[in-house]
Amino acid sequence: MRFGVVRFPGSCDEVDAVLACERHGEAEILWHGERDLKGVDAIVVPGGFSYGDYLRVGAIARFSPVMEAVAEFARAGGPVLGICNGFQVLCEAGLLPGALLPNTGLRFLCRQVDLVVANADTPFTSECEPGQTLSIPVKHTTGRYHAPADQLAALAEGGQVVLRYAPGQNPNGSLDDIAAVCNEGRNVMGLMPHPEHAVDPLTGSADGGLLFASLAASRLAAA
Amino acid sequence: MTRARVLIRPKEGILDPQGQAVERALPALGFDGVANVHVGRLVELDVDDVARVPEMCERLLANPLIEDYEVIEVHE
Repeated sequence: MRFGVVRFPGSCDEVDAVLACERHGEAEILWHGERDLKGVDAIVVPGGFSYGDYLRVGAIARFSPVMEAVAEFARAGGPVLGICNGFQVLCEAGLLPGALLPNTGLRFLCRQVDLVVANADTPFTSECEPGQTLSIPVKHTTGRYHAPADQLAALAEGGQVVLRYAPGQNPNGSLDDIAAVCNEGRNVMGLMPHPEHAVDPLTGSADGGLLFASLAASRLAAA
Repeated sequence: MTRARVLIRPKEGILDPQGQAVERALPALGFDGVANVHVGRLVELDVDDVARVPEMCERLLANPLIEDYEVIEVHE
């Protein structure tokens, strides 16, 4: 399994993402200015503040050369995981439905939250049980998931809501407690929490590792 | 070139905590009688063809899913 982790100017979680991926395969950095995806099997768009998050979070990064290649990769069915800023970038790029707005509390949040697996039938959650609780940290200012009401209903019905904040733990005012959504093809997923920061019991939880293990397992299943 | 001013606002009906925070702060300074405060963005630009600005808004300056925009031509 070979993972590619995108690095934009302003990314800051790409090293943890590489380390998390390396527990389940090989990983390498994909520089934002290049279109070459180096033949990787899955792509992680990591957290941070791509291009300074100027204008709107994720708005500029989506036009970078690497994102053109990532969009092509995604349209061909390749698995793409967007974490935090990566989620925002994938929404801006139209690869995922919805948008992320400032937290209702207007504050930067940094805390461990419980997530409930709403759909375990995706390449990102296949190693989880439906309804399983995962303990993973969030750290963001702009994490309030929004989609128009009709789209929100369609997402829930179509199994595109993959993770929800556990009851009472929604940290940012996300509609429907949504923490992670995927596209219709289920090969692109974005989430605000940081699974790459929860891969070792030493830091409190290794639950985030299940997402990377799922990607690796999906690759084996496909081969 | 034409000076264009683009006003970008949170879409109606979408929770605007920034607007709410400002609305709560003003009475604390003695400014009573203020309602419906919304905080948005202003983008000013000189363009050859102002007719192309709405497309710029759709594709980059605004996110039509969560924001409304208004293009104003400025003649000074």
